[in-house]
Amino acid sequence: MFSDYSSTELISIFAMQGFAGLILFSVFVLMALGLAIIFGQMGVINMAHGEFMILGAYVTFLISNLFADFMPAIFSIYFFIAMIVAFFVCGAVGAFVEWSIIRHLYRRPLDTLLATWGLSLILQQLYRTVFGAREVGVTIPDWMMGSIPLTDIIEIPLNGVFVMCLTLIITLAVYFLMFKSRFGGQVRAVVQNRPMAGAVGINTEKVDRITFALGCGIAGIAGSAFTMIGSTGPTSGQLYIVDTFLVVVFGGAASLLGTIASAFTISQAQSTMEFFLSGSMSKVLTLLTVVIILMIRPQGLFALKLRK
Amino acid sequence: MSLQNFKSVFPKTDIYYFAILAVVIVVIMPLSMDIFRLNLVGKYLTYAFVALGLVLCWGYGGILSLGQGVFFGLGGYCMAMFLKLEASDPESTKIQSTPGIPDFMDWNQITELPWFWEPFYNLPFALIAVLVVPTIFAYIVGVAMFKRRVGGVYFAIITQALASILTILIIGQQGYTGGVNGITDLRTLLGWDIRTDSAKYILYFVNAGLLFTCLVIAQVVRKSKLGRLLVAMRDQEDRVRFSGYDVSNFKIFIFCLGAAFAAIGGAMFTLQVGFMSPSFVGIVPSIEMVIFCAVGGRLSIFGAVYGTLLVNWAKTTFSESFPELWLFAMGALFIAVVMAFPNGLAGIYKTHAQPFIKKIPKLIKELAEPRAHVKSGAQ
Repeated sequence: MFSDYSSTELISIFAMQGFAGLILFSVFVLMALGLAIIFGQMGVINMAHGEFMILGAYVTFLISNLFADFMPAIFSIYFFIAMIVAFFVCGAVGAFVEWSIIRHLYRRPLDTLLATWGLSLILQQLYRTVFGAREVGVTIPDWMMGSIPLTDIIEIPLNGVFVMCLTLIITLAVYFLMFKSRFGGQVRAVVQNRPMAGAVGINTEKVDRITFALGCGIAGIAGSAFTMIGSTGPTSGQLYIVDTFLVVVFGGAASLLGTIASAFTISQAQSTMEFFLSGSMSKVLTLLTVVIILMIRPQGLFALKLRK
Repeated sequence: MSLQNFKSVFPKTDIYYFAILAVVIVVIMPLSMDIFRLNLVGKYLTYAFVALGLVLCWGYGGILSLGQGVFFGLGGYCMAMFLKLEASDPESTKIQSTPGIPDFMDWNQITELPWFWEPFYNLPFALIAVLVVPTIFAYIVGVAMFKRRVGGVYFAIITQALASILTILIIGQQGYTGGVNGITDLRTLLGWDIRTDSAKYILYFVNAGLLFTCLVIAQVVRKSKLGRLLVAMRDQEDRVRFSGYDVSNFKIFIFCLGAAFAAIGGAMFTLQVGFMSPSFVGIVPSIEMVIFCAVGGRLSIFGAVYGTLLVNWAKTTFSESFPELWLFAMGALFIAVVMAFPNGLAGIYKTHAQPFIKKIPKLIKELAEPRAHVKSGAQ
């Protein structure tokens, strides 16, 4: 399959597809970060995570319309405000869901899976009722349009660069929050030993709620970023949920570094193959490889060494 | 099987439940419905095979598979491939550029029957494939996962990924699988037209017979030592392992059995509905099948059948009249079943209806002999 292309062309193809893969990587990382916090730290399977992401996307859509109608002068910065609002809206909804459903089911992880799946159905239908079944897109501010030409074949779209920078910042923020802050210490303490964490005075219920809300909030930011590179429909979230779960499991559930590494591997493999094979086959091959590797090494790429 | 054995496997109450279910499915349904509705019930009952497998895997074994649609689909596709080959004989496909191959292959510029379609000209092979292909697939997955002590949530995610992969594969390889439309336009089984009303009646009863066979197998499994071991494993896996049992083999067995049940359901689905498509393979149908099982009661083999019928009946009724509301109702059902009724209909029956029913013989006795009652009161 490589013989039809010259070597310079091949390099360009790999560079372009690699970059397209980086954008996919950004979406994966942003979604998987939230999921890794919820699943890896709390052991809760949130099947509605994709719907939280889409909620963030719809919030961004609403705010972009709001700015276009009432404050066109500062339209160019609406995205940052939308992102913050999306974070808090999704976080608030997440906290409510934790309070009303998840906290009753911590001892039954398989049941959280079914309950959150039900929640995702409800949210999907809600989006369909409120926003319509058709996909909506936001107007991208002018400064994000266009692309940087590197060579005469390779061009890098600006919105992709922006999404990647955003991913980097969020990842660093999550890292500092989880590993350098007092709150992160509490979360990890609760994960490692719940009764002891409670005994030393950590309010474990509150930590659970904030952790879940944080995961959902990050999903909201992911949704905001998602609007920059694609359009949003009621079922867009479901398309990513299985991939994201595989990303988290493949990386080793409790390891943030593993999540990033596996998101990188999966997205790059998928988008590079996409150029040479059909889109569906490249996805099948990537997912199948991941599943086979997981069967051989169930603990994932980066596993915490635990005695079980 | 000695009489003693028989009584321990089929206690009196369970025989009553078998009888009631048999009356409902074999007598009441066919007498009270026209063939269109009965065919719908037959279609729902094919899902009951999957729910039954899930009762054993999930309720008893604690293994939640979110990929049962894979086995349902594999069974259904094996059947559909045979029927499709019979429907596309050179005579009826002579307008194609390559006569004698299924129409969707011709549309996708495939000029020769792919090698893996060849053996499906043979009915015994196809029937064996219906059972064996999904079971072997389940065996491979089961060995890979359970021997490494992967279970619970991870198993659920991986089976879900498998369902997703198979769907993408089927849709992507349009020329070999019929793509998103699936394998449609199936007509005859060895010359016997399966689209007529009489054929639909016969297939309904064949389906009911197979369902009862599977129910009996499930009953034997759950009342046997194996069934008790499964429950023990579900609750205290390590303790069973330390007692010297090879836990993984039991899990593999029950997972394969569930897969085989699902495959039979899939094949019967193809026969009764007349097509098979990837929309019965993917994540959404697989999780829906879990909810059928959960609504019926994850520990009750009869509940699985009633739950399947009830949810599907509700789905058909609701989505006919309020399509918007259906997804809300379905979502609420998921949450309600998990949070309020973890044992489903069977649980409700057991806590509320059964004590009442047990009182009935006593009540009748008291009504029949009022004097005895008075006497005992006077003493």
